[in-house]
Amino acid sequence: MKTINQKGWFFVLPVLILVAFNALIPLMTVVNYSVQETFGNNQFFWQGLDWFENVLRSERFHGALGRQALFTATILAIEIPLGVGIALAMPRKGFWVPICLVLMALPLLIPWNVVGAMWNIFTLPDIGLAGYVLNNVLGIEYDMTQNAFAAWTTIIVMDVWHWTSLVVLLAYAGIISIPDPYYQAAKIDGASSWAVFRHIQLPKMNKVLTIAILLRFMDSFNIYTEPFVLTGGGPGNSTTLLSIDLVKTALGQFDLGPAAAMSLIYFAVTLLVSWLFYTIMTKDDK
Amino acid sequence: MARITLKNLKHSYYPNPKTPEDYALKEIDLSWTDGGAYALLGPSGCGKSTLLNIISGLLIPSQGQVLFDDADVTHLSPADRNIAQVFQFPVIYDTMTVYNNLAFPLKNRGVGAEKIDQRVREIAHMLELDEMLDKRASGLTPDNKQKISMGRGLVRDDVNVIMFDEPLTVIDPLLKWKLRSKLKELHQKAKVTMIYVTHDQTEALTFADQVVVMQEGNIVQIGTPIELFERPAHTFVGHFIGSPGMNVIPCEVKDGAAFFNGLQVEVEGKINPVENARTEIGIRPEFVGIGKTGIEAKVRKVVDLGRHIVVEAMIGEVKVNAVTDGLMPNPGETLHLSFAPHHTRVYADGWIATQESKR
Amino acid sequence: MKYRAIVPTLYIIFLMLPIYWLIAMSFKTTNEILGGFSLFPEKFTFENYMVIFTDPSWYWGYINSIIYVSLNTVISLAAALPAAYAFSRFRFMGDKHLFFWLLTNRMAPAAVFALPFFQLYSAVGIFDTHLAVALAHALFNIPLAVWILEGFMSGVPKELDETAYVDGYSFPAFFVQVFIPTIKAGIGVTAFFCFMFSWVELLLAKTLTAVAAKPIAAVMTKTSSSAGFELGLLAAAGVLTIIPGAIVIYFVRNYIAKGFALGRV
Repeated sequence: MKTINQKGWFFVLPVLILVAFNALIPLMTVVNYSVQETFGNNQFFWQGLDWFENVLRSERFHGALGRQALFTATILAIEIPLGVGIALAMPRKGFWVPICLVLMALPLLIPWNVVGAMWNIFTLPDIGLAGYVLNNVLGIEYDMTQNAFAAWTTIIVMDVWHWTSLVVLLAYAGIISIPDPYYQAAKIDGASSWAVFRHIQLPKMNKVLTIAILLRFMDSFNIYTEPFVLTGGGPGNSTTLLSIDLVKTALGQFDLGPAAAMSLIYFAVTLLVSWLFYTIMTKDDK
Repeated sequence: MARITLKNLKHSYYPNPKTPEDYALKEIDLSWTDGGAYALLGPSGCGKSTLLNIISGLLIPSQGQVLFDDADVTHLSPADRNIAQVFQFPVIYDTMTVYNNLAFPLKNRGVGAEKIDQRVREIAHMLELDEMLDKRASGLTPDNKQKISMGRGLVRDDVNVIMFDEPLTVIDPLLKWKLRSKLKELHQKAKVTMIYVTHDQTEALTFADQVVVMQEGNIVQIGTPIELFERPAHTFVGHFIGSPGMNVIPCEVKDGAAFFNGLQVEVEGKINPVENARTEIGIRPEFVGIGKTGIEAKVRKVVDLGRHIVVEAMIGEVKVNAVTDGLMPNPGETLHLSFAPHHTRVYADGWIATQESKR
Repeated sequence: MKYRAIVPTLYIIFLMLPIYWLIAMSFKTTNEILGGFSLFPEKFTFENYMVIFTDPSWYWGYINSIIYVSLNTVISLAAALPAAYAFSRFRFMGDKHLFFWLLTNRMAPAAVFALPFFQLYSAVGIFDTHLAVALAHALFNIPLAVWILEGFMSGVPKELDETAYVDGYSFPAFFVQVFIPTIKAGIGVTAFFCFMFSWVELLLAKTLTAVAAKPIAAVMTKTSSSAGFELGLLAAAGVLTIIPGAIVIYFVRNYIAKGFALGRV
C-alpha cells in the first residue's frame, strides 16, 4: 500500500509554501487585529477578547448570521433534492447526454458578478423579462428594491438557478457509475422504481452526495458576489448575508477590530462544519 | 418449468444490418427440454451472451421467436417470463441483509410472509448461507455474494429457467471448484432448467448434460460432453475442447481415401464426397500412438502436464501432438506415430466428412 | 419513459431564460431597454459590442482575466501534482492533518481574506498585478486540485511506478513520461475546475487590482455606477464573459459525466 516515506514532505513543499503564504500570514494579521484597537498611525492598543465579545453580542451580527443560516438551509433543502431528481430523470445513454450536460453546466461558468447582473436585468419590474411577466402578465406585485420578501425570493431562485447543476452533475456521475446488470437484476426481481432508487441508486450515490452537500453548504455559507451585485444587501439590510456584512465592516468601514473578530468567528464555524463532514466522509476509508 | 424453443433467431446490434458480419447471431434454431443442465460454450464474441439475454428478455431479437412451452414470449419483459439470471459479478442489494436479499423477489410478487420465510431458509440451507442470514450482504466475500445472486433465482419455485452468464469470473480459483460442484448439486436438487454461459470448457463440460458450442454467431455442435470430445462435428469444436485440442492435419482426398504426405491414412469410415473443399484430418492427441511403426516424426518439445505428458512432434512442417502415459522422449528424437483409425476423421471446410462405421 | 425527458427539458429551459434575456438585451440600444418591454430587440444593434471591441478599458478587462486565470491554472497544477502524488503514494508524519488543513482553505470564506490579502500583497509589492490574483486564487484552487488529483492518482496501481523503476526510469522521467499520461483525465478535470473557479471569482480579483490588471468583472461593475445604467453595454459585456466558459465546457463535454465524480465515485 502506501510506503512510509518522509520524503513526502519534499513533494508537498510547493503547496505548503503557496498556501502558507496565502493563509497563515493573513490569518496572523487577522488574529492580530482581532485583539487590538487602532486609531490609525500604526498605533495599536491591546483589547483582549473585547472585540469578540462585541461581535458576538451585536445585534447586527446576529441578524447577519441568522439570515445566513436561513439562506443556507433553504438552499440546501431545494437544491439537493432537485438536483438528485433531475439527475435521476436524465437519460443515461444516447446523444442527448452531452448536450444536456453542456447546457446544464453553463451557469456554473458564468462570472459571479455577471450572474448577479443578469438576474438584476432579468427582474427589473417593468423592463426585465421576469419582472414584466410577474407584474403585468401574472398580476403579482414584484419589486426587489422595495420589498424584502421579493428580494429574498430572488436571491434564492438565483442561487438555485446558478448552482443546482453542480448537484445534478455530481449525482449524475454517481448514477452512471452503476453497471447495467444491477438494473437488469432489479427488472428480473420485479422491483419497483422506488425500490430501485432506494436500494440501488441511492446507496451508490452516497459519496458524491456527501461531496455535493458539503460543497453547497460551504459555498452558500460563504457567498458574497451574486447577492451583493443583485441587491447590494438590501432593501435596507434584509439580504445582508454574513460575507456581505463582513466586507462592509472591513473594507467599507475599516473597522479592523470587529471585522477581524468576526472573520475568526466566521472561519471557526466553517472549520467546524468541514471537520464534521470530513470525518463522515472518510470514516469508511481504510 | 418450461420447454424453451428458439425459432429462426437472428440478431444484429446495428439498426440496418446488411452483411452477415453485422449479425451477432446468425441463425439459431434450438430446443431445450425441461429441467436440463445446458452450457453455451464458445470464445468471446461468439454470441453466447447475446443469446442468453434474448432468452431472458433483456434483449429483443431482430428476428425470430422465443417460445416458452409454445407460448411466444419474444416481447415479454424479463419479470413476466419468470426467469432468473446470475451475472458475471455479484449483483446484490448492499443495503439489505442476506435474508432480505433472498426474500426480495418474493416480496415483490406478493408472496405471503410465512411462505417467504420457508423458501428463504430452504434455499439458504442449500447454499450453506444459514449462518449469514442476518448479516449485511455488502460485507461478504465475492463467492458468498454470488451465492446470494444464485439464491435469488432459486427462491422462486415457479421459475422457468435460471441463466448463468460466466458467473465464476470474479471468484478465486479454489472457490471456483467449490461453486461449480455446488451448482451441479443445486441443479439436481432444484430440477430447474439451467443454462450456463462460459468460455471455459472445464466449467461447461463438468456442469452440463448437453453443451451447445458456438462460434461467430452460429451453433457449431450440440451434444453431451462425451460426444463433443469423442466426435467433434467441426474442427473448431475439436480445437476448442480438450487440452491440448484436436490435431488438424492437411490432407488430400482421392478416390474415397485420405492421403497425408502421400501416405494413405485409415479413417473411421466412408468419406463423403468433398469436391473443391479444404480437407483436413482430425485426430485427438489421446489417440495418436507412439511406437515402432507409423509416420516418421521428430520430437520438438515434451511437456509434462501432471495428468499426462504431451509430446509435440513435427512431421515436416506439420505439428502433431500426442499424449503419452509416462513415455518421455527427448527433443530431437525421431519417433513413429500411428493414428487410431476409429478416431481419425476427415473434415471438409471444417465440417466432419466421414461417416461413422457401425461396429 | 418519454415523460421522464420532460424534467431535464424544463430545467434546461429554466436555465436558458435569463441567458436568453441577457443576449437579447445586448442587442438592444439603451433607449429601447429603458423605454419599455420587448421580448425581442425591435431595433437590432451591434453598437454595444462595438464599444467593447474598440475601447481598451473594456477589452483589456477580458485579456487581464484570461491572463490571470491561465496563470493560476498553471501554478495550481504545478504545485498540486507532486503534492497529490505524495498524498496518494506515501505516508508521512502529519499527512492526514496536512490534507485536512488544505481542504479547510477551500472552505474558507473569501471575505475573510479580502482585507488581509490587500495589505499583504501591497506590502510585497505585487498589488495590481496578474500574479497577485493568480496567487490569491491559488489558495482556494490548490486544495481542490490536490484533492481531485489524489483521487485520480489513487486509482492508478502502485505496480505501475514499480515497473517503471525496474525498467530504469528515473523519477522525473517516470512522472512526466509514464504517470502523467495515465491520469490525463484527472488533470483535465482539475484544470477545468481551476479555470472555473478563477474565472468566476470577483471579490478577490477586484480587491487586488486597480488599473493594470483589472479583470473584466471589475470593469463591468464600474458600468452601473459611473456612467449611469448602460444596461445594453453591461449585457453585451456579460454575454462575452459567458463565451470562454462555453468553449471550455464544450471541450471537456465527454469528460463531464465521469470527471465530476472527481475520481471518487
